[in-house]
Amino acid sequence: MGENPNMDTSQAEEIVKTVTYNVLRYDPDKDSKPRMQRFQVPVPKGRTVLEGLIYIKENLDGSLTWRSSCRMGVCGSCGMFINGLPRLACQTQILDLNADEIQIKPLPNYDILKDLVPDLKPLLEKHKYIHPNLVRREGKEIDGLTGEFFQTPKELENYIQFTFCIKCGLCLAACPTVATDANYLGPQALAQTFRYNTDTRDEGNQFRFDLIDTADGTTKCHFAGACSDVCPKGVDPAFAIQLLKRDMLLHKLHIKRKEKGVPILGKVTDGKRMKGVPDAPEKTV
Amino acid sequence: MLKESTYWYLFLLAGLFILVLLSIHMTIMHLDQLLVAIGIGSGDVLKFQSVLARGRQSFFMVSYIILLGAALYHGLYGLRTILFELNLKKGLQTAITAVLLIGGLGIFVYGTYVAIAAKMM
Repeated sequence: MGENPNMDTSQAEEIVKTVTYNVLRYDPDKDSKPRMQRFQVPVPKGRTVLEGLIYIKENLDGSLTWRSSCRMGVCGSCGMFINGLPRLACQTQILDLNADEIQIKPLPNYDILKDLVPDLKPLLEKHKYIHPNLVRREGKEIDGLTGEFFQTPKELENYIQFTFCIKCGLCLAACPTVATDANYLGPQALAQTFRYNTDTRDEGNQFRFDLIDTADGTTKCHFAGACSDVCPKGVDPAFAIQLLKRDMLLHKLHIKRKEKGVPILGKVTDGKRMKGVPDAPEKTV
Repeated sequence: MLKESTYWYLFLLAGLFILVLLSIHMTIMHLDQLLVAIGIGSGDVLKFQSVLARGRQSFFMVSYIILLGAALYHGLYGLRTILFELNLKKGLQTAITAVLLIGGLGIFVYGTYVAIAAKMM
């Protein structure tokens, strides 16, 4: 196969070095067990591990399989085990690894679907288990929303960090407890439990506490902190789990109980526009 | 069986009791020379008669029983946590909890009997 002109970096970018990609290959339909395969990848300045994989696919071996989408650290698809750490391939620059050989495997603690594609089903099932949505006692408040919930910026600050989770699954791959106990809910689901329980618009605290109050819930966290170390979005799930433990205790002791969520704001009828705010543009549709 | 969080809260509470009672123990048994120096200790804490004398006091009897209960609970909860790390099935987890609870209660009753018997001596 000739080099793809789109990927030919020799004319446009100076090749700084050539690195060896040592990539895990596994096709469950053909292979009895995973094997490692080596590729030589030229590296211009700024090339990411994901771009290196694309180079391999387009120029060296079109059968190499992985999952990726946005290429900018937003979608969370390209989580891989790169040189011994779970990382997003699109956010990891090859030169930053400071190595001549890059070992790439699928995320640990998940089954392999093919090559570098992990089966993220456990992550998504645990995420769904804790009901990652606003729970209101009056269901019609959500189903037939008539206005905005009133929430102050300060109340938002209490949980906003945990809304940055992109469900990439790196935290579960890094967690030593998940490694030995697949049933453990794990840092992602527990951090999201804290995120929704802390949201003043939500009324599902007791409901979620009951869901996670098992031997596979918060008490199983060893506080190794590996989840927080590898999170590509700067979320701190280990911290969230400790806060969740505290909140469960305070809730039980009736010291800090969130019985009712914030109300829905009524329609603004007598509001006056602030000085200097221009008219809205005319509708185009 | 209790909720998992309840076991954990009791574990924390037991830890607090241990912290207080162990501090008292360390002060009496290992800082005895200091207590002598400030005039509130006899200095012969390890002598059999001293041990007997302490056992006859209600304060020590009660503190022995509380320390025994707290240490047993704290330790057995830790053992349970370690065993649960073995990824056991729910039924086995329940069985382990029951065995540790019954075993712990048995040791606690026996230890309490010893503390009360020492008080009576």
